Amino acid sequence: MSTLEVNHPRAHRRACLKIVLSLLAVWFVASFGCGILFRDWLDAHAPQIGTAPFGFWMAQQGSILVFVLLLFVYSYLMSRLDRKHGYSERL
Amino acid sequence: MNQDTVNFIFIGLSFALYIVIAVRSRAGSTQEYYTAGGGVSPLANGMATAADWMSAATFISMAGTVAISGYDASRFLMGWTGGFVLLTVLMVPYLRKFGKATVPDFIGDRFYSKLARAVAVVCAIFICMTYIMGQMRGVGVVFSQLFGISVPAGVLIGAAIVFFYAGLGGMKGITYTQVAQYCVMAFSYTLPAIFIAMAMTGNVIPQLGLIGNYTVDGEVVPFLQKLNNINAELGFQEYTAGNLSTINMFCITAALMCGTAGLPHVIVRFFTVKNVHAVRKSACWTLLFIAVIYLTAPAIGAFARVNLIQKLHNTAYSEAPSWFDEFESTGQMAWIDKNGDGKIQYYGPGKSEVGKSSVFLGAKPEYPSDDAEASQKVGINGERLLANKSDDSNPNELWFGNDIMVMANPHMAGLPMWVIGLLMAGCIAAALSTAAGLLLVLSTSISHDLMKKIVKPDLTDREEVNYARGASFVALAVAAYFGINPPSAFIAKTVAFAFGLAASSFFPTLLMGIFSKRVNKAGAISGMLSGITFTISYIVYFQFLGGKTEQLLFGITPEGIGFVGMLINFLVTAIVSAMTAPPPIEVQEMVESIHIPKGSGDASDH
Repeated sequence: MSTLEVNHPRAHRRACLKIVLSLLAVWFVASFGCGILFRDWLDAHAPQIGTAPFGFWMAQQGSILVFVLLLFVYSYLMSRLDRKHGYSERL
Repeated sequence: MNQDTVNFIFIGLSFALYIVIAVRSRAGSTQEYYTAGGGVSPLANGMATAADWMSAATFISMAGTVAISGYDASRFLMGWTGGFVLLTVLMVPYLRKFGKATVPDFIGDRFYSKLARAVAVVCAIFICMTYIMGQMRGVGVVFSQLFGISVPAGVLIGAAIVFFYAGLGGMKGITYTQVAQYCVMAFSYTLPAIFIAMAMTGNVIPQLGLIGNYTVDGEVVPFLQKLNNINAELGFQEYTAGNLSTINMFCITAALMCGTAGLPHVIVRFFTVKNVHAVRKSACWTLLFIAVIYLTAPAIGAFARVNLIQKLHNTAYSEAPSWFDEFESTGQMAWIDKNGDGKIQYYGPGKSEVGKSSVFLGAKPEYPSDDAEASQKVGINGERLLANKSDDSNPNELWFGNDIMVMANPHMAGLPMWVIGLLMAGCIAAALSTAAGLLLVLSTSISHDLMKKIVKPDLTDREEVNYARGASFVALAVAAYFGINPPSAFIAKTVAFAFGLAASSFFPTLLMGIFSKRVNKAGAISGMLSGITFTISYIVYFQFLGGKTEQLLFGITPEGIGFVGMLINFLVTAIVSAMTAPPPIEVQEMVESIHIPKGSGDASDH
């Protein structure tokens, strides 16, 4: 348990929401944005990944890699936030 | 030693392992039965969840779907992994803090109503049933391949095995078996891909092969370019081009994502870890383990397509590879020599199963009965004859089911027998692990949420576990029936509907239940009912009652309609809640408390 015992539920909740929303913005751009909505444009204009068109690659591989990264970032940021507000339960 | 013996050895060994684990970690109490006592480590839980997650549809059908539809299949790749992000950041940490064993439990308490709980139970049962049907079908396909028996017999064998260890072990048994199953799956999925990538692209890593060059017989072309050329030559559309409209693609992907985030059997997994911090960590591991397989699937699909066409197109039947015979005899591939030249021809633009460029009339191949004359069963080239009339409006002669791609792949690439044996074991692990997880949620929904919380509150622990076991038997029997008579031709499609249903019922209700203090029971109940009713009616109308393509709402196919159902659910819930009284003060306090990540306590102290 953390030594910081000052809990701020409201501040914690707001900060948490901010983290979640910014991660979801990245999530949306990587999948729906690059993979579906702007895919044709990206295929034509963005640099190729290896020999694959950018939009196609994002839809089949890139977005998944981004998702994995997002979760690690989420876990890290949230643990830091919990510690700051005295909610840490790391054992 | 022949292939069958090798397959038996691998499957036998893996089964022995699962059963030993299931028996050793048998559940003693209801708490262990439902949530494994709440003390599974994040890494182990991550693997188990990944195994639970990767269904037979993923394992068997997905690479095949990618092979057939190229870019369009990205909806499954993005949908299922992207949904996991939603699940992790919006759902499970809060539900874990709430600390009850099941999703209907949360809905029942949050919306302080038995009716809401009952609606949630019905939705959970419906979703799991749809999903488990696809799994039973998958088990059937594998066993039919393995023993050379019909798919229905394969389904029955699979059902018996699932019942044995899911009913026996409970969540604790299942969790540890799934860890073993994940290892078998990941290894058996990636290994053939590595061999094939080396043979076709000279790259050890399949994902790099996909974006590398095709290097067989001294020719060096970008791999995807090669695939596009092959497709174009045979009259298919380019591999990297999409067939679905952008709005349809968007809706299907969104429905799959939100559905994933509302799947009761995956949410339940996170009740098995110690605290909220462990939940987040466990989710990272899970997605990492899932990604190992999901990143390999597009590579396998692309390689398989090149292999299939090069091995079969314009090949004389008498010279066709031996695996072609095997798939013919189990009814998963079929050939009709329309032009009488004795060679197999494969042409687009259809996908061999739908209206365009179909080989025969009818949805699936039918065969003459066993007592028919030999001349009706075997053609002049030695091929297996169909009872269906041939469709002479197009030149395509080759039919195959999507489901065989992964299993046919190592055969096509001429890989050693033990690789194929391992793959068989992996397929079965995939189907069994998901079916077992689903079965547990189904039986819990009935015994805990329905019997204990609604019908008979004075149930003892022991009786409750017995009800759960009885319920899993009934559920499995129903699932096996639909596995034998699937309502939709392909595993991936059947499963896609389950996601639509989850997206339109659980996702909005859970999300608003967690993030809004104002949403009340009237809103939640009417929202869930309107969302799922709309989605089911749309699916039933277009899938079973012969709805026409022109009648589709904005051109959205039944697969993607869950997204619209979800929007309806959000809207109805918000409006009805705003018009009725806010929830009682203790419920509002509960919503406050689930946002504080500390003090989640033991899992399931009901």
